[in-house]
Amino acid sequence: MNRIQNKLSENKKILSIYFSAGFPNLNDTKSLIENLAKNNVDMIEIGLPFSDPLADGPTIQASSTQALKNGMTTEILFEQIKDIRETVEIPLIIMGYFNPILQFGIENFLKKCREIGIDGLIIPDLPLEIYLSEHKQLFEDYGIAMIFLITPQTSEERIRLIDENSNAFIYMVSSSSVTGSRDSFDDNQLAYFERIASMNLKNPQIVGFGISNKTTFQQAVKHQKGAIIGSSFIQFIANNPIVNISVFIQNLL
Amino acid sequence: MKTSYNVNEKGFYGEFGGAFIPEMLYPNVEELRQQYLSATAEPSFQEEFHSLLKEYVGRPTPLYFAKRLSEQFNTKIYLKREDLCHTGAHKINNTIGQILLAKKLGKTRIIAETGAGQHGVATATVCALMGLQCIVYMGEIDIERQAPNVARMKMLGAEVRPATSGSKTLKDATNEAIRDWINNPVDTFYIIGSVVGPHPYPDMVARFQSVISEEIQKQLLEHENRENPDYVIACVGGGSNAAGAFYHFLDNENVKLIAVEAAGKGVDSGESAATSILGKIGVIHGSKTLLMQTKDGQITEPYSISAGLDYPGVGPMHSHLFETKRAEFIAITDDDAMKAGIALAKTEGIIPAIESSHALAVLHQKKFKPEDVVVINLSGRGDKDLNTYINYFNL
Repeated sequence: MNRIQNKLSENKKILSIYFSAGFPNLNDTKSLIENLAKNNVDMIEIGLPFSDPLADGPTIQASSTQALKNGMTTEILFEQIKDIRETVEIPLIIMGYFNPILQFGIENFLKKCREIGIDGLIIPDLPLEIYLSEHKQLFEDYGIAMIFLITPQTSEERIRLIDENSNAFIYMVSSSSVTGSRDSFDDNQLAYFERIASMNLKNPQIVGFGISNKTTFQQAVKHQKGAIIGSSFIQFIANNPIVNISVFIQNLL
Repeated sequence: MKTSYNVNEKGFYGEFGGAFIPEMLYPNVEELRQQYLSATAEPSFQEEFHSLLKEYVGRPTPLYFAKRLSEQFNTKIYLKREDLCHTGAHKINNTIGQILLAKKLGKTRIIAETGAGQHGVATATVCALMGLQCIVYMGEIDIERQAPNVARMKMLGAEVRPATSGSKTLKDATNEAIRDWINNPVDTFYIIGSVVGPHPYPDMVARFQSVISEEIQKQLLEHENRENPDYVIACVGGGSNAAGAFYHFLDNENVKLIAVEAAGKGVDSGESAATSILGKIGVIHGSKTLLMQTKDGQITEPYSISAGLDYPGVGPMHSHLFETKRAEFIAITDDDAMKAGIALAKTEGIIPAIESSHALAVLHQKKFKPEDVVVINLSGRGDKDLNTYINYFNL
């Protein structure tokens, strides 16, 4: 079992945190990861910044733009976290758009991930079909999990196909929207959480998009294995020192 | 028409194209992919499409033999007068097609992106015609630069929403339109303005624009007793007017295709939009294609004096035409385009859009034989560019 599967097999709800690497400052990456791990976060998604993040709302767009202005690149990110496994044990995932990964070279990228100890990738604009026909073998060769998204609009047939081709978890987008915070989920979303749970998928589901506080976190993990918080965490670190992460986490749990 | 230079069943032109979209867009794009060929092939659709092109857009547009220009360059030059279309450019051919498709799919809310505002105006126009809600995303910087087109869209009842992210121009307006579509997956139809975006958009837009080459064939038969010219020349930003002008000639290699890109202040100046020369294969707005980017894969901001040509990517059909050398790609600077524009005004009494002036500038750079039949697609008229002409020539 790899680190993600190990973590998901624990008898607890998973809290995963997303941040844009290189934000608020270029060299915050390692310290952010270490502080999140210290504060009992279960999993971390490291955002690889992109000039045109078309699935992201204003908060992540802005942090991504700022990270690029700060000078963040794929090579710098890998350099910053090359020794991360000396201090951090929880699963680490990179979330990035396809173009920067394509330019780095897909195999090179996977190789680097394996060297460092990155466990999985989320590439929102690499569709399932292309992954299956062109890249799946390479991901398996390097032992990197590919994590796919589903939404309230995804058909049951397609969810089953995604489930069959996943070996970590399914990223459940909470609503038909780009990333961003909201205060609570409505009945439609809660019904969707329940509907997916009742499908008895082989992979656990982790809910992302729109989770910002204790209420939304609790709603999301009622039927699912865990939840991912991005935008509201980014807003927090934009205004607070990294050592105060504990406050943010305590307010959630 | 099925040719090796056309799209394959998976949505690729060679290695270019496809649908690199987030899962949130999958149901919408898939619905479109499944329906666009059958829905647009229905006789009732074709009838309404062609009736609107004739009665509302003013088609067929003339294929005009430019006598004085031909004498000057000692070759036979025909201008395909897309500038005479309603709203002043070829863009409306596509928006008429897509709005009919949107209606067929039962969509009630229309979104679009626009750079210079021509596609935004063409979209706002057909929305007014059909009584549908219209929201146009436009970069904040473009809104300042293109005030008359913003006013036109408002008069036509559209809401113009500024794109304030990234570089605040066309690519960011496109990102915002895509985000809107993610947020409104059920009732909304996204009318893309060029042969870009995820499959089936490049093919769908090329098909709607292919009325241009279809008419060229018929009209040339009348003028020259032959269907096929020796050359077709068109400017390329995203590439919709070129796709339309090339379409029926793609598979006939006797017809030489010339795609004209904007060199801006020079291909090596750092201020250029010559994507085929400066770009590398990558993914932008859901399509794998040539695009201008940093070594690290961040998309860069192109430059051209012509707002309609400064897109960092190019349609996948054109990337394929470039890679296979089926089309010759020529880059024209701001200065050469402006000179060619004013030269056409003085020689033929036609003020072209600056985009189209790039295509005209090829005459000044490339030698044609006296017996060659050269068709230049005059994609739009110059009214929208008057300010740029005034400032450039101190008129």
